[in-house]
Order: sequence, then structure tokens, then C-alpha cells
Amino acid sequence: MDLWFSEYHTKNVKLSIKVDRQLHSEQSDFQRIDVFESEEYGRFLTLDGYMMLTEKDEFIYHEMIVHVPMAVNPDIKRVLVIGAGDGGVLRELTRYENVEQIDIAEIDQRVVEVCKEYLPGTACGFNDKRVNVFYQDGLKFVRSCENKYDLIIVDSTDPFGPGEGLFTKEFYGNCCNALTQSGIMVNQCESPFYNEDRIAMQRAHKRIVESFPISKVYQAHIPSYPSGHWLFGFAAKKHHPIKSFDPKAWKKLGIKTKYYNPMLHIGAFALPNYVQELLENVEGIV
Amino acid sequence: MSNLNQDRSPIEAALEEFHLNRVVPFDVPGHKRGKGNTELTAFLGQRCMSLDVNSMRPLDNLCHPVSVIKEGEELAAEAFGAGYAFFMVGGTTSAVQAMVFTACKRGDKLILPRNVHRSVINAMVLNGAVPVYVDPAVDKRLGISLGMSVKDLEKAIKENPDAKAVFVNNPTYYGICSDIKTITELAHKNGMLMLADEAHGTHFYFGDGLPLSAMAAGADMAAVSMHKSGGSLTQSSFLLTGKSMNSGRVRQIINLTQTTSGSYLLLSSLDISRKNLAVNGKNIFKKVCALADYARGEINRIGDYYAFSGEIINGDSIFDFDTTKLSVNTVDTGLAGIEVYDLLRDEYDIQIEFGDMDNLLAYISVGDRERDVERLVGAMAEIRRLYKKDKTGMMISEYIPPKVEITPQEAFYAEKESLTLDQAVGHICSEFVMCYPPGIPILAPGEKVTDDIVSYIKYAKEKGSFLTGAEDMKTDSLNVIK
Repeated sequence: MDLWFSEYHTKNVKLSIKVDRQLHSEQSDFQRIDVFESEEYGRFLTLDGYMMLTEKDEFIYHEMIVHVPMAVNPDIKRVLVIGAGDGGVLRELTRYENVEQIDIAEIDQRVVEVCKEYLPGTACGFNDKRVNVFYQDGLKFVRSCENKYDLIIVDSTDPFGPGEGLFTKEFYGNCCNALTQSGIMVNQCESPFYNEDRIAMQRAHKRIVESFPISKVYQAHIPSYPSGHWLFGFAAKKHHPIKSFDPKAWKKLGIKTKYYNPMLHIGAFALPNYVQELLENVEGIV
Repeated sequence: MSNLNQDRSPIEAALEEFHLNRVVPFDVPGHKRGKGNTELTAFLGQRCMSLDVNSMRPLDNLCHPVSVIKEGEELAAEAFGAGYAFFMVGGTTSAVQAMVFTACKRGDKLILPRNVHRSVINAMVLNGAVPVYVDPAVDKRLGISLGMSVKDLEKAIKENPDAKAVFVNNPTYYGICSDIKTITELAHKNGMLMLADEAHGTHFYFGDGLPLSAMAAGADMAAVSMHKSGGSLTQSSFLLTGKSMNSGRVRQIINLTQTTSGSYLLLSSLDISRKNLAVNGKNIFKKVCALADYARGEINRIGDYYAFSGEIINGDSIFDFDTTKLSVNTVDTGLAGIEVYDLLRDEYDIQIEFGDMDNLLAYISVGDRERDVERLVGAMAEIRRLYKKDKTGMMISEYIPPKVEITPQEAFYAEKESLTLDQAVGHICSEFVMCYPPGIPILAPGEKVTDDIVSYIKYAKEKGSFLTGAEDMKTDSLNVIK
């Protein structure tokens, strides 16, 4: 048997993973949900055919989207997570004892249910008592919040499909309004490498710059995502991601990580020249 | 019971069959199914180009339909409850023209509200009919023109018993409906035809719990923009006639100005969309109403915006309200509707239908998804948070009763001169001035230019409205009669 999953990264480039078997497939009200089993990447989840996470490399994404902001402000108590139906972000967040409340707004209940069944390694994040799940459009959920959260993590799908609204200026503005005075927003910001992703990344960055006084970008290496080079946005009202970062304080927490560490935290904000240029190009036109 | 089957779309079927026959074209259009214009074919798609064909025997002829177009028109007539339904390819403008040309000849009077679309007055410029305006009431809070009050119409008829027809908007752009049934009865009792502009009312024929349609009210003619809420291609439209109308005569009148090369893309879009509405319309508009209701609730929760609905009904000038229309009053945010409209487009990549001085209108249709509505609501909340300002100095639109001095036709063709806005006060205007959209004239040919009108034009320009109609593209000057 020669069964392969392929995702087109551009019209002319694709990544294929040899599949042992398909564990699940369904069309929810919002999207098509599939779970595959593979030898190389373990189980992986796709939505509308786009790779969301693999068991092999999800730790990189989840650690980088959670520990960077948590290390910048260890006083974070109330967190809102948008998207992230797989539970990976929750899993990392629940490792901080300081955190009192984690609300998650995920539009598609079926994603959560499917992950609970097939991807327990990330879905275990839902088991914590501090987690409150709201099955709602993230844009709608955040609209009704004001001065409520210390951290918002936007773990969206790509800017086409159900996650579209989470790449818009109205959404970032609503987030800014939902954050406390020391609030931080972190979002997955696509890749700078291929043209279509690059445009989405630049648009998102431009809109965040327009909505927050501090807006920086950091990177990670995620093999199963297009080009493997992935960016995250760090936006804040007063915390600078490096100047406000106290490595010792974070180390004291004793959280064991596989990818993230304080040196890498600082290094992740050092971007390749071409990426810096792409960001500067849109920062100018505010 | 008729033996027509609304599941059929005869024009679509004829085109499909024609396509399969692989006929070699030695007729127009010259692109020959796209082969002669590869760039356009790459842009629009092969399928689209191969359907762009000429009238011919198997596909019938729009000017003189005897087969598939005739069947399509009969199906449409049945679906709309009309005596006959004409496929129109020149926009609803052409349907409006045909109504005016059918009802009036040069010098005949037409009773109409002043808040009509420009196409109505354009038609009078062409054929020399004389407008008799019934002032639409204006809602002071909302700053919008309302429907036609029955009492005002009675007065107009009494003063103009020789008028040939009564014309109403069903509904207005904002969704306001007049008492079309009583108005129709009144018109008929006085020997006048009843004409309805239903550019924004296609769905009245298919949805449940929506205002009364013109044909159901017994009107004689209605212009229906199938391409607005009905889902067909832009520029395609229906002209409906009542059972007592002579459809042969109406066809002759349509053919005075309609193209002899009717586009089969437009015709098939009318045919397929009619089928879709006849079969699925009830569910479609139930969904649209629910989406609009949801958006209204959420927008009203933001604060300062007023997304109005059925609560404004007053039994006369607002006899009914079309709840599919998402009309929002913006005055309490200190922003003109047009300013919110511009912000939505420039800052949030959201294009709505129009914004005027006090209101905006977002068009909700079967193509909308809940998540897009969330974006609109989210963006409006942001606009209020970031741009809200003091509302003093906001001008609430008031109805400025037109002073009609001569007919639109006389004025349009008269000897004229160009004067600045201020100089033009007191003169008779020979052209149109309007914000587009909504395209309701502030000034029409033959009307006197007043101080009120000039200050309104200046205010509209200052707020960023797109003023059209005048020969001077910037509307700094006006053509007036010498």
C-alpha cells in the first residue's frame, strides 16, 4: 500500500507524508476535519486539508506561542485563548500555577471532540479545572470583553476559511480593548517565505501595528508547516518582549520544556534581514 | 393548476444542448466562443465565453420570444404571480423606463414620490412626462425619506385627476414600504395605472412574513431587480405586468430602447435564479431575515448605533418594513453614515452598500455567512471605540420639497449656462445632482436651486459623499437655464 497525504504549500510545492491509515474524517458545520496516522509524524490533524498539528512537532508551536508571553509577564492571571481546539496551548498554559482563569473560544466543537478522541497528548489541556470552553466565533467572543484578560493567545487557522476573521483589524482592535493595561496578545503569524503566506503575514502585522503600541515578531522552526519557517506576533500595551523579560524569574518556575529556553527567547526575536525588511515595509504605512 | 414546472430552466437547458452540439459559429460574437480573445477567455473562463452567444433559432430571440425565452418568461410570470414577466438585460433602469413609457406620453402626468431612483426622472426626460411629486414624510430621528402617505396621494389625485399613473417604491432603499394595496385601489378607482419600483423588493415574492409585493397588491407593472436580492447577474432584471395589461404593447415599448443582442449570460442567470427562488426562496429568505435580525441585535448592543426595524412602522408613511435590510442610523456616534462607510472600507476592508448623511445600509443576502456578519459588527464596534466624536454640527437630513418649474425634458434640453453653486441659487437647474448610491436626486432637471439645497450639497461633499449627475464632475458648478 502506498498512501500519502499531500498539502500544497504553493501551487508548485507540496509536502507529502506517508499515511499508515486514516483515523477519522468528517464535515463539521464549519470545515472538514481529518485525522491520520503516519510513521514519521505520528498522528496528525488537518482542517479543510491544511495541516494543523502533528504529534511529532506540535511541541515547538505550542511552547513558542505560550512560554514567550508567559515569561515576559509572570503575573499573568487571566488568559483568553482563541481557536486552539486541539488543546495544546491549554496544556502549556496549565503548567503555570499562577494562572487563575483560562477561557477558550473555539468555533468548532467537533474539532475539540475529535482531538479528545484521537489526540489525547494535546487535548489533555482541556482537563484542567481553570479551563472554561466557549464554542463561539472568536471575533464575537472578544467583542463583548473589556479590560478583562492579561493575555490573549490567537491560535488561528490560516486566514482563509473559518479563521479569516481572526486576521482582521477589527479583531485585533477588539483584542486590544479586551486586554488589561498590561495586556499582551500573541498570534500565529504565518510564514514569510512563500508569496501567499508572506502577504497574509504582512497584512496581519500591519494591522497589529495599527492596534498596539508595541508590536514585535518572533520565529520558530516547524517542519510540518509550509517552508518550516514560522512567525508569531507579540503585541503589547507596555511589555517589551526582551526588555521586560526576566530569564531568572522564569527559570525559577522550574517548567521543563523541549524547545523553549531563555536564550532562545531572545534569539527568536532576531529575524533574518529579508523578514525585517518585509515587516518594516508595512510598518511605515500606518 | 398550471402545467409549468418551476424546477425547469429552459434557457439553461437550451444553452447546454447547444453547447453539446458543437455548432461551428459563423455568426457574432466575433470572439467565437473565446478562441478569438485568449486573454479575455483566460480571465473570464472558457465556460463563460462559450455561453456568450447570439440569438438564433434554438436559443430564441429576446425581442420576439417564441420558444425557450418565452417559456422562461412564462415560468417567471407564474413564479412572481404576474400576468407576464419580461426578461430585461438593461438593468432595472430599463424596466423603470418601460413602465414610464407605457403609462405616459409627452405631457402626461405621473404621480410619484420625490425619493425615486434617478432612472424614473431620466425616463421623464426622455419622453416628456410631467412629474407630480407627493412629498414623502421624513423621519426626524433617522433622517430618511419615508413612504407615500395615502392621504397625500388622495390630495395629489384630487388636484391632478388627469394624471395617468401612480408610482411607488416598494420598498425604498432603506426598506420602507407604503400601503401599496390601498394606493393601488385608489389609483385604479381614479382610472390610473399603478407602477412599482421593486428594485429592492425581489424577495417579497418568495419569502414568508415579508411586505406585500406589487403584483399581490394588484399593481399593473413592477420593475424587479433580480440581480439585487434575487442572485442573478448584475444588469439582469424583470419587468412584471399585471393580468389586465397588454403584454404585446409593453413588448413593443421595451423594444424601443432595449438591445437586440441580449446577453445569454444575463438571460440564463435570470432563468436559473428564478428557478432557485421558486424552489428554495422561502428557506433562503428565512435565513437572510434571521441573519439581518441577528446583526441588528448585535449592532444595537454596541451602543450609539441604531439598527432600526419593524418598530418604526406607523401604519401610513411606514406601512411596513423589509427586515432583510440592515439599515443603521449613525448620528449618535457623531459620524455621518458615509464616514462610517468610508472607515469600513479603508480601515477594515468591508464594503457596504452605501452610507449617506445619517445612515448606512449593509446588504444582507443569501451569499452572506455568519462569520462575515461578525466582522461587520466587530468593525462597527471598533469604529465607535476609536472614532466616536461629539455630534454637534451633524446635519440631520430633512426633506427639501422640490420646486418644479418646468418639466424635466424641457429643462434638460433648454439653453443653459454654468454657474457656481452659490450663483445658481434662484435659477432653474437643468441637470441632476445626487449622491450615488443611493442615487436619489437632490436636484432634478426643471427644479429651482435654493439655499437649502446648496448647503445640503456642500455638507454632503464635506462628509465625503460621491456626488454625481452634474456635468461638472466635482459639482462645484451647476448647469442652469439661461
